[in-house]
Amino acid sequence: MSQASKNTPLLTIKNLTKTFHIRQGFASQEFDAVDNATFTIDSDKPEIFAIVGESGSGKTTLARMMLGMEKASTGILQYKDRVLADLSRKEMKTWFYKEVQPVFQDPFAAFSPLKRIDHYLYETAFNYKMTDKKNADKYLDSVLHEVGLTLAEIKGRYPNELSGGQAQRVAIARALVTKPSLIVADEPVSMLDASLRMSVVNMFRKLKDDNQVSVIYITHDLATAYYTGDRIAVMLRGWIVEMGPVEQVLGNPLHPYTQNLKLSIPSINTSAEWDERIDLAVVETDEYTRTGCKFAGRCPAVMDICNHHIPPTIHHEGRDVKCFLYDDTIEKAKTTRSEHVAN
Amino acid sequence: MSTIVETKNLKAYYITNAYGVERTVQAVDDISIAIQEGESYGIAGESGCGKSTLLKILLGSYDPPLRVVDGSITYHLDGKAIDAESMTLDEKRDLRWKTISYIPQGSMHVLNPVRRVRDTFHDFITAHRNVDKDESYKMTAEYLKELGLPEKVMASYPHQLSGGMRQRVTIALATILWPKLIFADEPTTALDVVVQRGVIQLLKEVQQKKGSTLVLITHDMGVHANLADRIGVLYAGKLVEEGATRTILDNPRHPYTKFLINSLPSLKDRGERASIPGRPPALDKPPLGCRFHERCPLVQDKCRTIDPQMITVAPGHRTACHVVEEELSHVPSV
Repeated sequence: MSQASKNTPLLTIKNLTKTFHIRQGFASQEFDAVDNATFTIDSDKPEIFAIVGESGSGKTTLARMMLGMEKASTGILQYKDRVLADLSRKEMKTWFYKEVQPVFQDPFAAFSPLKRIDHYLYETAFNYKMTDKKNADKYLDSVLHEVGLTLAEIKGRYPNELSGGQAQRVAIARALVTKPSLIVADEPVSMLDASLRMSVVNMFRKLKDDNQVSVIYITHDLATAYYTGDRIAVMLRGWIVEMGPVEQVLGNPLHPYTQNLKLSIPSINTSAEWDERIDLAVVETDEYTRTGCKFAGRCPAVMDICNHHIPPTIHHEGRDVKCFLYDDTIEKAKTTRSEHVAN
Repeated sequence: MSTIVETKNLKAYYITNAYGVERTVQAVDDISIAIQEGESYGIAGESGCGKSTLLKILLGSYDPPLRVVDGSITYHLDGKAIDAESMTLDEKRDLRWKTISYIPQGSMHVLNPVRRVRDTFHDFITAHRNVDKDESYKMTAEYLKELGLPEKVMASYPHQLSGGMRQRVTIALATILWPKLIFADEPTTALDVVVQRGVIQLLKEVQQKKGSTLVLITHDMGVHANLADRIGVLYAGKLVEEGATRTILDNPRHPYTKFLINSLPSLKDRGERASIPGRPPALDKPPLGCRFHERCPLVQDKCRTIDPQMITVAPGHRTACHVVEEELSHVPSV
């Protein structure tokens, strides 16, 4: 079924939108949790695609759509040569989930505390007919080796007997059992300690290099995104505001929001700039329902046009950025901005 | 500056006895710290190293199975030394919120979901002050204004606020009675960087306005760098290093502290970074000798059997490590 030609991207996302409704009394308010997301993951070269953004920026909704757990409102989500919405329930189960596997935030919430943790590995292996009963131990041991564990270490143990890092590595091993070509990891390290975090993050790098697995790495931690990622998409209230190679986007951020994110990382080397008072959003839905740019209320470089029009996505210095600042067609507005800054 | 709260050789264990099987978890073992009035003191360490347990003891808010086995906790308030263990429940309750306050981690679970923010404030204020609703609303509005929080949060329900705003409301709630001593347990974990920055700025402001003492727990060394005056690093229930923030960050002596600082990725270089090998020991059967020796790159025979004592490296900078102790003994004293 997966006879995709070499050129077909692994994952194609085009104008993907998810609209949620909030009921307030009798009135209903709509907002787009993910608004016109467009990107592709190539099949011939595995990569780690990082998606970063603050809480409530639509990262998880996007991940859930990619995993088929949430239906897209509009737009196209295509895996290899098949459109996800057209897959039958059986195809989802037997084909799609063999190819695309999730890793979630909290490993202790992902595993039932009443079941032995190796149960999940056997279950997945048998469900997808990856091995038979005789060779199961050998097969699972080889999979666990990929994440630096052995079957003997975890066999018969309950989740609470493992450390957070170990449990998360078992969760990743479980995803690897089906030999997927794409792993969608939603905040896989945010529950882990600093010293264990690096072991998981290093593992994603190894999986990409040795096993040719692409990883969609969703996080709010810019430092690990920079460390592991090849490309990065920065999300803000449903929009992808800046997307491109990690070195360029985080090395020299162009969108004011990305600049703000980068500056806000608490560094061991303190700076006076970090202490400058910043504005925070009061209510998330206020920003979602803004006309014009959704960052306009907090943007230090806000122009008049930002409050009324949605900025276009512009290709600038090797990345895509959704901001009027880099739109050459509105030269006039830029001058008003510099005047504003001068004042 | 005077000490406001101190512990001496504090040992606090979780002792459970289920079906005749006794289990002792040595969560806080032999910790002596003295927190000065008006400073912000950061406690760093991984989860399971005993930092939350230490905080519970410092707050005087603990129940069995957690027990103080040995040592003492003393508050120095209004020129009086109070032994925390001899206090009755009523005395403790009287101190809380007015003098000693606490900012918990998960702000979502702190605020009452079915009450407006201003009513939650009213509940907290009237528990300690005899004021009516108008008065407490007025106090709340003034205080929020002082902290630069928008007035519209008062009439909101917690679910209507964004995560960062909720955490800031929690901080406002914890500090509205201007407590002398504020304990914060991972106040910024699970928040993203921009919101985290806002929350830290607010904490700093609150602390500086009234000169309160802040005891801050987090595993994020970047947060400590920006907020704490002094840092104590805990590992597996032991204090392994303590000193001024800049000293700890620029010149750490204990191998664990070095690991903690160097393992963090930064935006400056993308080179491979080693993760700390192994994992923290289980505290019901802590290893003999130095508790870090199983993961330590500098391990010596001595470390496997003898528990290192705290030694002073420089004024105000102490650490517990045999290797450092040896190095110091080779340097001729000036």
